[in-house]
Amino acid sequence: MQKKEIVAMLLAGGQGSRLGILTKHIAKPAVAFGGKYKIIDFPLSNCINSGIDTVGVLTQYEPLKLNRHIGIGIPWDLDRSYGGVTILPPYVSDVSVAWYSGTANAVFQNMPFMDYYDPEYILILSGDHIYKMDYEMMLNCHKKKKADATIAVLKVPLDEANRFGIMNTGEDNRIIDFEEKPNKPKNDLASMGIYIFNWKVLRQALLDNEKRHDDSDFGKHIIPHLLNNGKKLFAYEFDGFWKDVGTLEAYWQANMELINIVPEFNLYEPYWKIYTKNSIQPPQFIGSEANLETCILGDGTEIYGEVYNSVIGSNVTIGKGTIVKNSIIMSDTKIADNCYIDRTIIAEECNVGEGVNIGYGDYAINTELPNIYESGLTVIGEKTWVPSNVIVGKNCALYGKLENENFISNRLESGENLIIEEVEE
Amino acid sequence: MRALGIILAGGKNERLKELTHQRALAAMPVAGSYRAIDFALSNMANSGVNKVAVVTQYNSRPLVEHLSSSKWWDFGRKHGGLFVFTPYITHDNSMWYRGTADAIFQNMEYLKSSHEPYAIIAPGDGICKIDYNEVLSYHVDKRADITIVCKQVTDENLHRFGLIQVDEENRITELEEKPITPQGNIVSTGIYIIRRRLLIELIEEIAMEERYDFVNDIIIRYRKQKKIYAYIHEGYWKSIASLEAYYKTNLDFLKKDIRDTFFRTEPTIMSKVEDEPPAKFNVGARVRNSLSSSGCIINGQVEDSMLFRKVFIGKNTIVRNSIILNGTYIGDNCLIENCIVDSKSNIPNDSIHKAQAGEIDIIINREPFYL
Repeated sequence: MQKKEIVAMLLAGGQGSRLGILTKHIAKPAVAFGGKYKIIDFPLSNCINSGIDTVGVLTQYEPLKLNRHIGIGIPWDLDRSYGGVTILPPYVSDVSVAWYSGTANAVFQNMPFMDYYDPEYILILSGDHIYKMDYEMMLNCHKKKKADATIAVLKVPLDEANRFGIMNTGEDNRIIDFEEKPNKPKNDLASMGIYIFNWKVLRQALLDNEKRHDDSDFGKHIIPHLLNNGKKLFAYEFDGFWKDVGTLEAYWQANMELINIVPEFNLYEPYWKIYTKNSIQPPQFIGSEANLETCILGDGTEIYGEVYNSVIGSNVTIGKGTIVKNSIIMSDTKIADNCYIDRTIIAEECNVGEGVNIGYGDYAINTELPNIYESGLTVIGEKTWVPSNVIVGKNCALYGKLENENFISNRLESGENLIIEEVEE
Repeated sequence: MRALGIILAGGKNERLKELTHQRALAAMPVAGSYRAIDFALSNMANSGVNKVAVVTQYNSRPLVEHLSSSKWWDFGRKHGGLFVFTPYITHDNSMWYRGTADAIFQNMEYLKSSHEPYAIIAPGDGICKIDYNEVLSYHVDKRADITIVCKQVTDENLHRFGLIQVDEENRITELEEKPITPQGNIVSTGIYIIRRRLLIELIEEIAMEERYDFVNDIIIRYRKQKKIYAYIHEGYWKSIASLEAYYKTNLDFLKKDIRDTFFRTEPTIMSKVEDEPPAKFNVGARVRNSLSSSGCIINGQVEDSMLFRKVFIGKNTIVRNSIILNGTYIGDNCLIENCIVDSKSNIPNDSIHKAQAGEIDIIINREPFYL
């Protein structure tokens, strides 16, 4: 079997807790994005478009939906007899029973996977960013500089640099120092969480760090460790579109950028396609009383009402007389007639009854989770039922099979949450 | 399922005019994001037929391209699979397919080396949803030699079809191809079930007599000697073998019940995945009673029309009662009414294409133009 030059390890185990109810039972990489996609489609498509055909996907938090989405990798052409995509959940061994405790620890625990392919290089990716990037260009740069490790970086405004891991570089972009969220940033090159390592160097570093830290992490431990040992680390500057969708507001903004006339992040280029699992294929229907402007619609969606400034997933139905504005509606959701929905994120497979009004009333900060629901967006978790004729305010979170009696006189005031977990009997 | 499938997708058709100059009828785009043959293939796959041959000859390239992978219809299995048979030259034979029966005769090895007791023969251009398990049990119950799936049609141009007359048992007494004076309203859909061994026997027999057509030389010629029964299909069925029928069949999908039948009632129709991004509606878009497909970008007005994949509609452009095929670019300030615009056409700004009501114009303009 021909030896693999490079193997990608995609970290997809994170919860993404700042996405609130959206990640209640879904890992962040499996959250829908841009109508028909899921966040993980972007790094996976980048891999195959960059010619990387061996990818390990490390899962831990609520992996069911992610596993079902990836399957054997057919949509990304990653169904291979040698290589392809492999899902790597934590496992029990005769020496330990351990969850993944940190990014590097997760990769460390899958040493046998990487040893099996024994590649020249390992590419580390995270499953929660939206971008198109040719990893082959980065690898070329890595080879040319004869580096031990190359870290992809993005220029950020200096006054925002304190939110990122900052690379201090010297001549020829060689990294001399790394600071995680520095108070006084000395540089404006932020780490994108994308690394290429020489496999031998990484292997040794993973072994060394595992002895010292229980929660071995690339940013906190591996990179400083390599720097201290005098390894050659270089920054690879990326100047394309890259979005962290870590908060609800950032997630909403990144979606809304797709509906600009010519979006900075253009999905309509014939090269560098983004692939996703497409189980729904029929065309989109727009009814005779419908109206829509500045929006995108996924496959098989049927619109009988009005949609403005919104991102709509696949197989969605929007009823007559309903107005949807500034919102994200994910796949397989049904919205009945005569609703009014503004600045709302509705996750997959929801049912919204007739005459529902969401995003109504004055702004109020969320009472339970003020730092998650803060930008005025109301969020409805997957498979939620919203009963007919209720009025829901701003900064709310809804989840579960809700009925009219769960509401107080059919109202949910701004900043309130209504979360009902199904209890097994 | 105890049957193998044969899809006849080879014929030359002139009635779709320029639209079929460069593609086989079975490769005609249908219903926004499908091609005609997807319906035949999905019916086979959904009925559990896992070994299917597509026999093709005329303009086969776009069809073969569409069938580049068998996985979209779930035929990528160890048992069975999807086979594409185009004519080939052998030591004894250097002929094209001289007819439907000859096409099967030239690929006789496929039938002989199989072990399924029955064969299902279907055309590549029928738009319908049918469970062959039901047809097969009907065939077995009737102890038929051949069963033809038929459809009672109303207010159609009956002279386009093969018209069938049956007795009270539904046994076929007469079949007339494209009659001048049509009798009755039962037409053959071109779908047949027959025992595999009998099919081999009949085709070898007529080949000896240098006869090559399945309908004329087998069905019509043997109608008295063999027991040929009609199975009446109750659901939707359309053939797209004329320009008018092609246009109407596509616009049928603007009806919710038709969409629900094909796309929302399991099993659904499968097609090759094209990975186009969601359809995009910009400022100025006014879309009413229309279907648009993924990859479309719409800046203008679209009414009572169907847009296939990757269609671009410019600003202030009006598209009405029209069908726009894949990858077409329509510039600003255009008017397209009662037209079928062929795939990958470029319609420059300020173009006006308007056919009179009741007529359909075909527009093809592949000349590149630059913005």
